[in-house]
Amino acid sequence: MLLYIVRRVAYAIPIALLVSLVCFMLVHIAPGDPIDSIVPPDTPKEAVEQVRREYGLDKPLPVQFAVWLSHVVQGDLGRSIASRRPIAGDLMLASGKTFVLAVTAATIGFSLGVALGSLAAFFQGTWIDRLCVGFAVAGVSVPHYWLGMVMVIIFSVLLAALPAMGAGPSDWVWDWVHIRFLILPAITLSVIPAGLITRTVRGTVIEILNQDFITTLRGKGIRRSGLLLHVVKNAAPTVLAVMGLQFGYLMGGSILVESVFSWPGTGMMLNNAIFRRDIPVIQGATLVLAMFFVLLNLIVDLVQTAIDPRMRRT
Amino acid sequence: MSVISSQEGRLSGRNPPPVVVSPGYWKGVVRRVSRDRVTLICGAILLVMLLIILFAPLLAPFDPLQGSTGRRLKPVGWQGHLLGTDELGRDMLSRLMYGGRYSWFLGIAPVVVAFLIGGGLGITAGFAGGKVNMLIMRATDVFYAFPSVLLAVAISGALGPGIFNAILALTLVFIPPMIRVSESVTTSVRNLDYVEAARATGAGSRRLVRVHVLPNVLGPIFVYATTLVSVSMILASGLSFLGLGVKPPEAEWGLMLNTLRTAIYTQPLLATLPGVCIFTTSVCFNLLSDGLRSAMDVRA
Amino acid sequence: MSGDILVRARDLSIEFVSPDATVQAVNGVDFDLAEKEALCILGESGSGKSVTLRSLLRLNPPKKTVMSGSLSVCGEDMLTISDAKLNSLRGRLVSMIFQEPMTALDPVFTIGRQIAETIIRHEGISRGEADRRALDLLELVQIPSAKRRLAAYPHELSGGLRQRAMIAIALSCRPKLLLADEPTTALDATVQIQVLLLLHKLQQELGMGIIFVTHDLGVAGEIADRIAVMYAGRFVEEGPVRDVMRQPMHPYTRGLLGATVHAGMRGKRLTTIPGAPPDLSDLPPGCAFAPRCSEATRSCTADVPALHKLGPERGARCVLVEDAA
Repeated sequence: MLLYIVRRVAYAIPIALLVSLVCFMLVHIAPGDPIDSIVPPDTPKEAVEQVRREYGLDKPLPVQFAVWLSHVVQGDLGRSIASRRPIAGDLMLASGKTFVLAVTAATIGFSLGVALGSLAAFFQGTWIDRLCVGFAVAGVSVPHYWLGMVMVIIFSVLLAALPAMGAGPSDWVWDWVHIRFLILPAITLSVIPAGLITRTVRGTVIEILNQDFITTLRGKGIRRSGLLLHVVKNAAPTVLAVMGLQFGYLMGGSILVESVFSWPGTGMMLNNAIFRRDIPVIQGATLVLAMFFVLLNLIVDLVQTAIDPRMRRT
Repeated sequence: MSVISSQEGRLSGRNPPPVVVSPGYWKGVVRRVSRDRVTLICGAILLVMLLIILFAPLLAPFDPLQGSTGRRLKPVGWQGHLLGTDELGRDMLSRLMYGGRYSWFLGIAPVVVAFLIGGGLGITAGFAGGKVNMLIMRATDVFYAFPSVLLAVAISGALGPGIFNAILALTLVFIPPMIRVSESVTTSVRNLDYVEAARATGAGSRRLVRVHVLPNVLGPIFVYATTLVSVSMILASGLSFLGLGVKPPEAEWGLMLNTLRTAIYTQPLLATLPGVCIFTTSVCFNLLSDGLRSAMDVRA
Repeated sequence: MSGDILVRARDLSIEFVSPDATVQAVNGVDFDLAEKEALCILGESGSGKSVTLRSLLRLNPPKKTVMSGSLSVCGEDMLTISDAKLNSLRGRLVSMIFQEPMTALDPVFTIGRQIAETIIRHEGISRGEADRRALDLLELVQIPSAKRRLAAYPHELSGGLRQRAMIAIALSCRPKLLLADEPTTALDATVQIQVLLLLHKLQQELGMGIIFVTHDLGVAGEIADRIAVMYAGRFVEEGPVRDVMRQPMHPYTRGLLGATVHAGMRGKRLTTIPGAPPDLSDLPPGCAFAPRCSEATRSCTADVPALHKLGPERGARCVLVEDAA
């Protein structure tokens, strides 16, 4: 077990390095001289050259990567072209907001998904099952930026019940003033994980219910309520793993929903950066979100191994 | 979006048993599809949509790019504009017809390219095994470390707007899952007894691949690719919605949604129409691929 | 034959209904099982032997299965029994062991837990007490270093040990009737014998009735008092194990014996039964074995042959037997 942890963590390191290499390359795949995407267009020539040296852009690519990486490791993600502010600080703030949104959406989506998925599996083949499956298909097929607009139209424009934009005044606090802003984006964002977890839970539970040991348990006189424990324990590793990854997708994939609702998180930041072609911000935000995802993947794997005895070999 | 990685069963730690294509298999598939009403209806809807967008120049009542300030955001049915007009006074119906061309192209092209490249790499990795497999699969792992939406946005954000860039970004997003699925399918087919037996009788690699491996792996890989079309459509329109992908004044469903955002107060119904188109297409593609999967008996 | 009757089946038929076809898995089976008696149901795969066995605990898929005739197990009418009564019967009075112990055990619970679970369910004792009983049971089924194995997961045990653990679960509440569905088929040959001898010994010691399903004549001869040979959902021949083995009356039984390797066959040629078992969704009107039978006559395909009694416990469903008698 310990060996596995060490191996898994060791494996995450080269992945993280390569991920940062991909992020590093983002600047270089952008058309034109990479320096243009780092300094504002009206910078005097000497200053451009100074930045070029500072970033090591006059050196070969591998050296540049090393320099950039050493900056990143020290928490320096460079400066935004548009605002000239350090990216790391803004990113921290924005990540907090995205986290709030993602956690809420995950809570809604996961509980709905588990409930509907188990219902569908236990009533397989009935109209309940078809209803849940229908919801799941709709959930994974819906363009959520469109769903966001529909929500705004219904709840903000027609009913005037909830705000359509922003995250409330000043810093985030868990009170009604702020939560009102959270409801629509969180529900919108939760639809995809809800559909997906419904599918996963349904598939997993049906697979488990079809296994031989369920017959053994019935043959032992275990009641339906007792079977549930076995189903849950067998399904948990798969379902938790999918949930973990889904949470990562919510963190990294909230850009569309955030731009619909002007939610001031990392997605909004990315959106603005794309609009202004502020490549260092795109690079920084991508790096941080991807690193979070790598970490999450690692945790998911470890947790899954810890709770599933079948995977605990070695 | 996140749909991508959920459907390969890698998390369950079990590889589904591969389907072995026997004589009469395709007959059975056709029979099962023809009995599946949901799949047939979805297929029919998609076919109608495809015909409409293909023949958009003949069917569209107006020029999709010709606007007029005098007839901005007119309601449904106004002066021959069956679905009203958009924020620049362009005919919505015509724009939806033309917009479908971009949306479908942007949705399907990346999956096709990824199917060819990712499928090829995956089958190679699965068949070759050993170091080649290691190399390809480890490279795939790196791209798996990005949430798909983020990867697409970051790449096309760096490359800048444009249809080609969007397709490139989406293709890069879909290649890794294609590789993983094809590798896992190929590996399980390769390890089947009859392939081992063929190898033992001295069949060469090329013959093995052509006669024994390809017929049995292409089906499942193809089915997996069809599940990606729906995701790809949503993502592609999403990129255009963000201002990447298709550039104005062209019509594309995601882009139309974005430019119509200002209209949600005055013409809410109109503003959501392009989204209805994306949703319908995506649901139909999803159900169609579900139907295909169960008809072809592929567990993925 | 002594003591009370544990099982009484009369004209028991089982159909599986699905939109595509109706499969007649069991077509009118009669048998009794007394306490402490060992009956072996012998047949090829698809003969309906496992379905018959599972019906004794109603373990066939509930939605698709249609049972008719009459079946009583431990005094309960299995066709009308309530779910609550059924659940209290299962695992307590009647328990079952399966062919494939790897899949028949829950992979994410320890062996000890799975044994204790059954005891707690039926006897309502504490967890600690149940764990102690589980340890005793593992020793009873001769699992070495039993204490350590209590905390093992199924995949950590060898096939033979897994099957012993399965038996321990089945015996945990001292059932009066043990149902065994090809319990040795999935095991290595040497382990098969060990498990078989263990089962036989435990049956004697604990005084259980046992119904044993197998396709292996050798296994049947080892453990059974009586044999019933099943073909296409019917008992085609039944009788005390020696009589059936020495003097098979039905051509199918003779075919089975001819296709089996056993002592005293040295120098003789093995024979095979040509053809394959019939499609259970489309049975022929007469004797289901007739199409494969070398001795079939025209009368074989007309009606299903009646069971011809040759003694109190001996009978066969074959027109030839009738003629001979």
